[in-house]
Amino acid sequence: MALVMFVSYLILIICVLVGVAFVTLLERKILGYIQIRKGPNKVGFIGLLQPFADAVKLFTKEQTVPVKSNFLPYYASPVFSLFTALIVWLVIPYEIGMMNLNMGVLFFLCCLGLGVYSTMSAGWASNCKYSLLGSLRAVAQTISYEVSLALILLSFIFLVGGFSLELFNLYQESVWFLWVTLPLALIWFASCLAETNRTPFDFAEGESELVSGFNTEYSSGGFALIFMAEYASILFMSALFALLFLGGGPSSPLFYAKLVGVSFAFIWVRGTLPRLRYDKLMGLAWKSFLPVSLNYLIFFMGMKMLCYCSMI
Amino acid sequence: MFIMFIVVSTTFVISSVVMILASILSKKLITDREKNSPFECGFDPKGSARLPFSLRFFLIAVIFLIFDVEITLLLPLASIIHLTNMFSWALTGVLFLLILLFGLYYEWHQGALEWSY
Repeated sequence: MALVMFVSYLILIICVLVGVAFVTLLERKILGYIQIRKGPNKVGFIGLLQPFADAVKLFTKEQTVPVKSNFLPYYASPVFSLFTALIVWLVIPYEIGMMNLNMGVLFFLCCLGLGVYSTMSAGWASNCKYSLLGSLRAVAQTISYEVSLALILLSFIFLVGGFSLELFNLYQESVWFLWVTLPLALIWFASCLAETNRTPFDFAEGESELVSGFNTEYSSGGFALIFMAEYASILFMSALFALLFLGGGPSSPLFYAKLVGVSFAFIWVRGTLPRLRYDKLMGLAWKSFLPVSLNYLIFFMGMKMLCYCSMI
Repeated sequence: MFIMFIVVSTTFVISSVVMILASILSKKLITDREKNSPFECGFDPKGSARLPFSLRFFLIAVIFLIFDVEITLLLPLASIIHLTNMFSWALTGVLFLLILLFGLYYEWHQGALEWSY
């Protein structure tokens, strides 16, 4: 049993890494067509091998270590960020073979909280002003949006009455939660964008003011790992969105179509929206998303009470 | 528990192996002073990079800490519903949430959430 779990987790991780490669291709293609050009279409067959060519390029580039950097945290933080981005995939509730944690939501929140540390140490250890500023911004942004993310998740936990993500499949058999709680789903989506440092909220690497943000000093392997971690977390957030709001677990093939759809939305947002201002970002998190999600939480408590009382 | 330990350590090993692989495969360095200095738009880095940062970031972190602790206190409320008296569950939950909400509004009113004055 343990061996089956282990092997299936390994297969999942490898598939996630391959998926990450192709998400980058998807992103470049979609951004290309949004800007009325073709995107990568030469390598391999219609550009399909582009991510692998990119990987080879990234891994054979020169790996610099800034003189004044703290080597150990500088070297370890990309490893740690990829680690947290991969370990979070344990919560995807496969019906057979996988762990199927019955406190999956808590595990997800823990991994989300851990993700901050790698960004922070990467920015601090590089010992570069841009990196430090980028990491400060990223940390403040991520922790701000984490609060509203956790509160939104909490209202759904109240609704389904448990921490297992399997319950979400159960409760969405007849109607998707997207239609039950459309505003909350949209807030969740925006918070996901902010949490993964995606474009309207990508202050961690605002290239117009900070050269590349917290990964300014990274090259080759370190950059590749940070990049992979970022896209793995985007993929995971899309999977979680599909799980929470679009019904149906990973045992139905349609789940993957929904996942790709949400990832497409992530990229579409990047191709469309301009970057916010930093104080507006913070205002959005604390003055708009947080009160709304708290009020919704009270509402859902009442709803749960109603359901529960009518049940007994 | 044991399988969890195995899985976590395997993930860590995988990501470290990717990093070490990159270090081995990467083009061998010729280091010089300019290349290894921290990037600062072509200048020599002026002063230390560990600058004192804006107090706003710290205050945001403190507010986050408060809210995160309160979320931690709220988490068991969801699964405890089957075990407890309905009335006391509702009373505690709503009172707690209202205090949280009005605390947030009070902070907002006092200007703790303004990014700049």
